[in-house]
Amino acid sequence: MKTARVAYGGAIHVGTEHPDGVRLADGRVVAEEDVVWLPPFEVGTIIALGLNYADHVKELSNELTVTAKDEPLVFLKGPGALVGHRAQSRRPKDATFMHYECELAVVIGKPAKDVKTADAMDHVAGYTVCNDYAIRDYLENWYRPNLRVKNRDTCTVLGPWFVDAADIPNPHALGLRTLVNGVVTQEGSTADMINEIPALIEYLSSFMTLMPGDVILTGTPDGVVNVNEGDEVVCEIEGIGSLQNTIVGDAVFGR
Amino acid sequence: MTLSNLTVGVPPYRLTGTVYGTLANDRALLEKLGDSIEKPPYKAAPKAPVLYVKPRNTLSTTGASMAMPADVNEMDIGATIGLVIGRVASRLKEEDALDYVSGVTLVADLRVPHDSFYRPSVRFNARDGSCFIGPEVVGLADLPKPDEIALTVFVDGQEQPSVRPQRIRSAAKLLADVTDFMTLVPGDVLLLGIPASMPRVRAGQNFAIAATGIGRLEGVVV
Repeated sequence: MKTARVAYGGAIHVGTEHPDGVRLADGRVVAEEDVVWLPPFEVGTIIALGLNYADHVKELSNELTVTAKDEPLVFLKGPGALVGHRAQSRRPKDATFMHYECELAVVIGKPAKDVKTADAMDHVAGYTVCNDYAIRDYLENWYRPNLRVKNRDTCTVLGPWFVDAADIPNPHALGLRTLVNGVVTQEGSTADMINEIPALIEYLSSFMTLMPGDVILTGTPDGVVNVNEGDEVVCEIEGIGSLQNTIVGDAVFGR
Repeated sequence: MTLSNLTVGVPPYRLTGTVYGTLANDRALLEKLGDSIEKPPYKAAPKAPVLYVKPRNTLSTTGASMAMPADVNEMDIGATIGLVIGRVASRLKEEDALDYVSGVTLVADLRVPHDSFYRPSVRFNARDGSCFIGPEVVGLADLPKPDEIALTVFVDGQEQPSVRPQRIRSAAKLLADVTDFMTLVPGDVLLLGIPASMPRVRAGQNFAIAATGIGRLEGVVV
């Protein structure tokens, strides 16, 4: 089952897939472009992984002083950065390198504290797609990655669908790719994660209680490129969804 | 992991549970690091505010106890002021930024001690029940400017040496710089910044933070 949260006709609805767009719980069927897509579930703590694909570590290695090591590289984000499918993300005038990151987002379903890998998947409610933009110009070496790079309004896109865990028997065998203006720029597989989902849940739950609605953004593979104003960016994960958004400039925000 | 005992006496009369902390907002930290700031891994003093998220599993309030993690002997008591946002705050100007703050509260951000600020593990910052907030949110009208509120920290009733930070950014400047790229909403809390040197607390000890006009925030580590 895939569900979405959308705004339509003055209210927020849960919708399901329909050949003509989205079917709302009340029976109305609405075209995809006629609803406002919100993040597809009530989002709690947002936990993001840096450098969780071996090839991406290599890609960034000239600016890194560490390589992938035992402890996963985790940072936290706030809810204000989130937008849904088909949203706009702002590229500031002074940015020279703003890139997407297509990531499998894992949604926690039941509280997890000191959970071992063998039981970890019981705590997963489902999945969605995340495009977690970074603006590398703003990277500083204090509590990396700093929030000015990674926690910007409009720069964490989530959706379109929340997909039940039961529908995805193996989340570590999913093709993942990004298209910019229809051209494939990033291609990988969730099979190549350094720390897989059960290991991440064991690690995180060893020091913090994970709650329903918490989401783990599991990192991105090789192939991040700069995006510009006007670009249409689509992040796709096999069986999970195709998350589209558009890059806009400062003028849209009256800056 | 609950804020239910916290009295929020000013709009929006509740907190959202989103809490952003501020680091390196004390000149003493940069002085302590000295010339090493220009060397790797930092390579320069911070330009933008150095921020972090206190996730919801950390939130706690006065009178609560925190379980000392098994892998840690003591925690830093990061005593600071929490600015409670009263109106949607986006792209604020320093001149009127404080108009968007409805009140302030005390915050004890208990952190696993660490010396490197390059890319510290989230383990240091996200322990269950490690962020004490309270005892209440007091309107700005009833208090001195947030930058001038002096905090006193106690461990087992013993007053600790004064830890008043020399802030690089005032509350208003911090709000202006933060809301340039991230919008804060009513009930969000932005911490003014923990001091460079902090007293520590061990299992079996209690601690308190007090400020005239706001009250006394108490906690226990077990």
